[in-house]
Amino acid sequence: MKRFKGFVKKEFYHIFRDKRSLFILFGMPIAQILLFGFAITNEINNVDIAILDYAKDAESEKIIQKIKASKYFNIENQIDNEKAIESEFKNGKIKAVLLFERDFAKKLENQKKATVQVITDATEPNVANTITNYTQSIIQNYQNQKNTTQEQSVSIVMQTRMLYNAELKSVFNFVPGVMTVILMLVSAMMTSISITREKELGTMEVLLVSPLKPFQVIIGKVFPYVFLSIINAVVIVSMGYFIFGMPMRGSLFLLAFESILFIITALSLGILISTVSNSQQTAMMLSLMGLMLPVIILSGFIFPISSMPLPMQIMSNIIPAKWFIIIVKSIMLKGVGISYIIKETLILTLMTLIFIGLSIKNYKTRLE
Amino acid sequence: MVNHISNEKVIEVENLTKKFGDFTAVKGISFHVNKGEIFGFLGANGAGKTTAMKMLIGISNPSSGNANVAGFDVHTQSDEVKKSIGYMSQKFSMYDDLTVKENITFFGGIYGLSRKQIKKKTAELIEELQLGDITKSRVGSLPLGWKQKLAFSVSLLHEPKIVFLDEPTGGVDPITRRQFWELIYTEADKGTTIFVTTHYMDEAEYCDRVSIMVDGVIEALDTPKNLKKQFDVDSMNEVFLKLARNIE
Repeated sequence: MKRFKGFVKKEFYHIFRDKRSLFILFGMPIAQILLFGFAITNEINNVDIAILDYAKDAESEKIIQKIKASKYFNIENQIDNEKAIESEFKNGKIKAVLLFERDFAKKLENQKKATVQVITDATEPNVANTITNYTQSIIQNYQNQKNTTQEQSVSIVMQTRMLYNAELKSVFNFVPGVMTVILMLVSAMMTSISITREKELGTMEVLLVSPLKPFQVIIGKVFPYVFLSIINAVVIVSMGYFIFGMPMRGSLFLLAFESILFIITALSLGILISTVSNSQQTAMMLSLMGLMLPVIILSGFIFPISSMPLPMQIMSNIIPAKWFIIIVKSIMLKGVGISYIIKETLILTLMTLIFIGLSIKNYKTRLE
Repeated sequence: MVNHISNEKVIEVENLTKKFGDFTAVKGISFHVNKGEIFGFLGANGAGKTTAMKMLIGISNPSSGNANVAGFDVHTQSDEVKKSIGYMSQKFSMYDDLTVKENITFFGGIYGLSRKQIKKKTAELIEELQLGDITKSRVGSLPLGWKQKLAFSVSLLHEPKIVFLDEPTGGVDPITRRQFWELIYTEADKGTTIFVTTHYMDEAEYCDRVSIMVDGVIEALDTPKNLKKQFDVDSMNEVFLKLARNIE
């Protein structure tokens, strides 16, 4: 135990005396979450929109006035037919078109139901998403006001059409995503680099010649990163919760448990990488190309898996990050218990065991 | 020079063989090393000396044959072997980003020394190597010669019976090398066995006995004096060249 303490202390010296690893460890998570966070939840201001008002009655006029009054939208122009929508978008002058159907007020009066269509330019999906949400809340607000003043309630149905990009990511995608990327980065990349560094410097040999058992060496090297990864997970979840309003509907305990499981998965991957690479450079390249890119591209963090071609969808199954993102989203957003994510948990556990098994096999081969 | 050697055999190797697939790196070598001896283990690059040494220090398993180090079998008792030996590798084997003191504490720690022992050892080292103020500087900032002396001392922290030095003086000038060998002699006089590999033939002259490995086989093993007589030459360098040429 005393040996272990000494070992861990030495490992912390390495980490805290290396500005690069310090930056990756602590600068990166905060920078990433702020970048992703503000890029995605960016408030919109004075977005130019166009109005296509087939109704031109009192009700539609009231809604238009309300939208005009908000600081979010700026009505660039009024158009009079649907053909003009396309050309308006192509000019790039406007981001959205609000379309009121014919006899809007009359329908609202008689059928207690009328439709507003919001057509957005979804080449910038986040902006499109925000516009839709904002318009929706303005119209909802108007509808509520109206309903409090009259006996029979009316409903304004809002139809949304996202042009150019049918599938939109959730605003809450980034917290699980960034958390996954960071935990992967810190756990897998940093451990594989720190282990190969010892190999490169020749100190690994000295450690192996010492009475320390190989697994003690590895655990000693990995332990600080488990600790730092947990801190990072806490920082990311708190930032998501307090700064970006990410809901936390499930059990914090379960989230902690699953995060530690994923950290161990990533660490065992890091160890596996270090058994096949002899230099820090190789370890870094392997981690970046073999881990970071798949995590970012195939995990569903940035690109939705359901819209990938089938071979990619199948490939995404072997990415541990994919399963962890599902787990985090299920816990934080849906508030599910362990029974709903048992499959994902088992998959991560199995992957971890495979990685550890392969590492031991590789290590033994070298020894023989 | 020979008076520090006793008859007790601390390393005994019999038919030690290491195969990597079809390639046999070490072909059934046999030799022994006496307690307190400075044993030079020579060979060209790729002759198999590093592989042989790795088996002796317990980080590589022999394919066949036996090796007994400090009274323990390297195959079945490698834990015991590791406790009884010190090791310093050709690559400088301390942490550059740790201070001298932290390195000593760390390596003392992994060999299971108590805090008190580490304190005592550190004080001794500072005294012996005249480290003085540099104990608080990072090892990376020291000149190579200093680092090597320090690494040697650190490999002796737990007072091993045998210390293995793998090309310990690579890359330093002859004067620093000479100083390093002074340290080796001091340690051998205390009864520690020194097993050293080297490229420098002048260093081979400093050893009590020398073995020369060629293509996985020990081609010659004797005192430098006898070897020179046997090959009828004036220096170990010529012995080495003659051997290598004969084989080709």
